[in-house]
Amino acid sequence: MENVLFYIFAALTLLFAFLCVANPFSRNPVTSAMFLVLTMISMAGLFVLLQAFFLAAVQILVYAGAVMVLFLFVIMLLDIKEEERRRFSRFSIALGGVSVIGLGFILFKTIRESKAGEGLKLVAVKGSDTAALGKALFTQYLLPFEIVSVLLLVAMVGVILLSKKDLK
Amino acid sequence: MEAIKQFFSGLSWEQEFVIFTTLKVCIVLFGAVLPIVAYAVLVERKVSAWIQDRVGPNRATPFFVKYLPVVGPILVRLGIFHPLADGLKSFLKEDFTPAHVRKVYFWIAPAIAVVPAMLALAVIPFGSKLGDQKMVIADLNVGILFTFGIISLGVYGLVLAGYASNSKFSFLGGIRSSAQMISYEIAMGMSVIPIFMLVGDLNLSKVIAYQADGAWLVFKQPIAFVIFLVAAFAETNRLPFDLPEAETELVGGYHTEYSSMKFALFFIGEYTAMIAASAMMVVLFFGGWTLPFAGLNESATTFAMGLAHIGIFVSKMLFLMVVFIWVRWMLPRFRYDQLMDLGWRRFVPLALVNIVLTAVVLWALHPK
Repeated sequence: MENVLFYIFAALTLLFAFLCVANPFSRNPVTSAMFLVLTMISMAGLFVLLQAFFLAAVQILVYAGAVMVLFLFVIMLLDIKEEERRRFSRFSIALGGVSVIGLGFILFKTIRESKAGEGLKLVAVKGSDTAALGKALFTQYLLPFEIVSVLLLVAMVGVILLSKKDLK
Repeated sequence: MEAIKQFFSGLSWEQEFVIFTTLKVCIVLFGAVLPIVAYAVLVERKVSAWIQDRVGPNRATPFFVKYLPVVGPILVRLGIFHPLADGLKSFLKEDFTPAHVRKVYFWIAPAIAVVPAMLALAVIPFGSKLGDQKMVIADLNVGILFTFGIISLGVYGLVLAGYASNSKFSFLGGIRSSAQMISYEIAMGMSVIPIFMLVGDLNLSKVIAYQADGAWLVFKQPIAFVIFLVAAFAETNRLPFDLPEAETELVGGYHTEYSSMKFALFFIGEYTAMIAASAMMVVLFFGGWTLPFAGLNESATTFAMGLAHIGIFVSKMLFLMVVFIWVRWMLPRFRYDQLMDLGWRRFVPLALVNIVLTAVVLWALHPK
């Protein structure tokens, strides 16, 4: 049962993600955004199968429910018409390459460390326990957690600075 | 009776789960939610009539009324048959699709508006027990987060409807709804954090158990309740915060271009969201299916007690729904900047202060 569900959700995730970036039927940015929402929701399904209910709920709440609504808001407000095929700058190719290599490395390392037939060992956190997750975030992973918070703060200050009409 | 018992004891755990969950979903949806939606519309019209010193709907008279001697005319005067007439009318009206709309989104938007509100009801414990069955469709250990996540998806129905209609009024309605719902979701989410600091669990059944042992949380967390109540008005797009469909400025807002059953679906979505919000408030602040006397705080042992618990839950929920309706006809609509100001500059800081306050009190009471 769980295996079947896994294949269904994994296939849906890949399909929606593909349709989000390379939809052969429509180049409408709103359609892409909606497929990204569907990708997020099917990923939440995968989290549920991993017994990580907290992550699944947060995935839907934060990404599908909040971040993507803002995406849609901006797309609709700016009234972006058909996305045109544009050349990529050298900088964006380099940046994309670095992120792909980085993510690929993490993925590769995780798969290598897991033993066949056993699955991944749960890192410090027992999947569904919200309290354990909180403890892990505030003890073992405190530094990365704080760094991410500061990063968000910087982004927020930056946005406020940029959106102010007259800088003094 | 014996045969039925035999049948159920022969089932495996999984079969039993599937059968009872399907039963519960069907009964809750078709036996409770949809009738409540239909009659909430009637109550809305009657309450507005009383508040404005009118009579209200009193004309729908089906053919069989003349066979009911005394009761019939009274029922007609109360407008009991109006929801039937309304439903029939929305089915029979022409389902018109304007030429300039984006067809796909125009068709799925009403469905997206209804589904999340109904899904949100899945985790709400609406009673203690009937027989051996817990009266909740899905007893998740992250119940509250699930509800918030699903409710936050409800905004897509409105935004897509506004986008699909391809007209200025609808579009403005869609844009407004996305900004409004995002803003108030933050205040709403932060207002319930103190509750879970007190309870120590995200499971809604545990929240009820906590309240059954002590006082209802509306007395322990009045600030949280006020924020949650106001945010619920904004999340369900009800007056005084119904800016996405502000009739005086936007014709009908996001549903300007809709007709027939598609329009009715937006209505059902709005009222189902109202049911979900009221049910959430009952669970979080008013002790769910418990009452602090006559032994009604305990989980039911007999069938009658189980039914009584469901009755208690439904009456509390209906009371809050009447509050929703009452407020709608008492307060004028906010201006858009007032709405945003209230959300971001009043409620979000207030909710944060409430969290810190609760933490300090908890720390003072249980120092470790």
